[in-house]
Amino acid sequence: MAEAARGGRTRAMGESEQVAGTSIEAPFGKALVELGHARNDIVGLTADLGKYTDIYPFRDAFPERFFNVGMAEQNLVAVSAGLAHTGRTPFCTTYGVFATRRAYDFVAIACAHAKLNVKIVAGLPGLTTGYGGTHQATEDLALMRMVPGLVVIDPCDATDIMQATHAIADHDGPVYMRLLRAAVPVVLDPARYAFRIGKAALVRDGGDVGIVSTGFMTQRALEAAAVLAERGICAAVLHMPTLKPFDADAVAALASRVDRLVVAENHVSAGGLASQVAEALFNHGAVRRLARIGLPDAFIECGSVPHLQAKYGILPQDIVRAVTDA
Amino acid sequence: MARVNHPVDPAPIAFLQGKALALRRHMIGMARQLGQGYIGQGLGIADTLAALYFHELRYDPADTRWAGRDRFVLSTGHYSIALWAALAEAGVIPVEELSTYGADGSRLDMSTLDTTPGVEMTGGSLGHGLGQAVGMALGLRLDGGDARVFVELSDGEMQEGSTWEAAMSAGHFGLDNLVALVDCNGIQADGKVVIEIEPVADKWRAFGFVVSEIDGNDMSQLVHALHGARSRDRKPKAIVLRTLPGKGVRTLEQREKAHFVRVEPGEWDDLLIELEANAHG
Repeated sequence: MAEAARGGRTRAMGESEQVAGTSIEAPFGKALVELGHARNDIVGLTADLGKYTDIYPFRDAFPERFFNVGMAEQNLVAVSAGLAHTGRTPFCTTYGVFATRRAYDFVAIACAHAKLNVKIVAGLPGLTTGYGGTHQATEDLALMRMVPGLVVIDPCDATDIMQATHAIADHDGPVYMRLLRAAVPVVLDPARYAFRIGKAALVRDGGDVGIVSTGFMTQRALEAAAVLAERGICAAVLHMPTLKPFDADAVAALASRVDRLVVAENHVSAGGLASQVAEALFNHGAVRRLARIGLPDAFIECGSVPHLQAKYGILPQDIVRAVTDA
Repeated sequence: MARVNHPVDPAPIAFLQGKALALRRHMIGMARQLGQGYIGQGLGIADTLAALYFHELRYDPADTRWAGRDRFVLSTGHYSIALWAALAEAGVIPVEELSTYGADGSRLDMSTLDTTPGVEMTGGSLGHGLGQAVGMALGLRLDGGDARVFVELSDGEMQEGSTWEAAMSAGHFGLDNLVALVDCNGIQADGKVVIEIEPVADKWRAFGFVVSEIDGNDMSQLVHALHGARSRDRKPKAIVLRTLPGKGVRTLEQREKAHFVRVEPGEWDDLLIELEANAHG
C-alpha cells in the first residue's frame, strides 16, 4: 500500500520532482497577474484545466477577463483567436497533448495563419506525468515548430517562465509555451539571466564537451556538468529556451570549439531539439558527433514519474553517461 | 455612401432586393470570367448578404478596420464569390476588381483570406467561424460598445464538432451580441447533406440560442428575422436560412445539386437572361 501510495503521488500532474533549494509557486500565474495589472488587453482562458495550469491567480484577480470554455480545446483556441481579432492578448491554457493533437488546425489556421496574438501555454510537457500516452506531450515541440510563424518555447525553471511570460506578452504574434507548474525550482539566477525570444543562453561554460538542452533538461544538464567537473571534464551547457525561432548560430559557435555535443530534451529525439541541432550543424557545415538524450518514438506507459524518467533515460546520469561513453 | 451604415426602419425591401440582384449579376460575371466558381452557394446566400451589407451591418466602407464596426464572419470561405460581390457593391473594393476572381495573384480568391479588406477571418477550414465569432463577441463586450458579430456558417458545418463546442460556449456566456446565420442549402462536398442534421432549429435552441427559421431567399423574412435578432436579452441568436442553391437563375436552381455546379462555356448569356427575367417577371 505504501508503495502504491507513493506511486500515486509521484504520478504527478506536472509538478516538479526536485524541489530542493529555492522554488516559486505558480510562476506563470504570478507573472500573468503582473501583466494583467499592467495591461488591460491581457485576457485568460482555459479548457477545464485552470487549476492544473496555474492560471487561477489570474482568474481570481481579473474574473471579468477570464473565460473557462470547458473541455473544448478547439473552441479554446478559436475563441482566443476571436478575442485577439478584437485587440486582446489572450493567454490560453490546456495540456500540451490537447493543444497539439486536438486543436492543431485551430493553432495553425486560426492563430498562426492569421498572425494573431494568441499565447498558448501548455502543461504536462514531455515526461512530467505518469498518466501515460494520453497525457504526455512527448512530440508537441516537433508538431508546433512545423507551424509557420509560431514561436515555440520550452522554459527551464521559474526564472525562465516568469521572464518568458512577459516576453511573449510583448511579442507580436502567436506563441506556444510549455508550462512547468506548482512549485517550480529556481535554477537560473534572475539577476544574471535574461530570457530573450530566439536567443540561446550559455548557462555554464566549458571547453571539453557541449551540452545543448531545453526545458527542465537544462536543470539536469547543469547537474550533469557538475558531476562531470568532478571527473575533470569541463562541460558547457547551452540552454535553448526557444525552439523556434532557433538560435542556430549559438549552436554552431559551441560546436566549433568542443569535440562532442550532447543534446538533452524532454521530448522525442525525432523532430525536436536534437533534430534542430543536427540541422543547424549541417547548415553551418559543422557536422559533429552528436549524442541525443530524449524520449523514444513510442507512446509511454503509465507509472510513477521517477520510474518512467529513469526507464527512458532523461536523468542527469544519462547525460553524464552520454558524455563519458564516447 | 454614408460613413456608417445605419439600419433604418421600415426596411426598404425593394431597394434590398435590387441590391441582391446586383450581387447576383456580379457573381455571374465573376464565374463567367473564371469559367467556374461556387456560383450555386453564392446565388443562394445573395439575399442574406444584401440584407446585411445594405441594411443591418454597421460598418465604414472606407475604413474596414474601424473598431466600432459590426463584424461579419464568413465561415464558409468558398462562398467568397458572394462576399466579393457584396464588398464591391458596398464600395469596399473596386467593382472592376471583381474580374480578377480566382486569378493568380488576385486578392479575390476562391476562398477568403483575411488579408483582403473587409474579410474578418480566413475561411476555408470549415468549423472555424462560430468559435472565432464567439471570441470576437466576448472581446466586443469587454470593449463596452454595442457592436455585434454576425457569423455565417453552413448546414454542412453543423457536422463539425467544433461548431457545437462554440455554440455551447455562446449560450453559456450569454452572447446577445452574436447572430449565427445558418445557411441550410442542403448540399456539401459529397452532394446532398450526407449525414442527418435535422432538426436544425431545435439543435440551436437546445444550445441556448433564440432561433428563427425562415426562407433565406425572402427579403421581407430576412429583414424581419434580423430585426428580431437585435434584442439584448443575454442570449445568442440563430437564424436558420433555408436557401436554394443557384437562386435567381432557373437553370441553376434546377441543376443537380452539387458543391461545384457545372456551367458550360456557352451558357453564361442564357443564365444572365434568366436572372433578369426572374427579377423582373
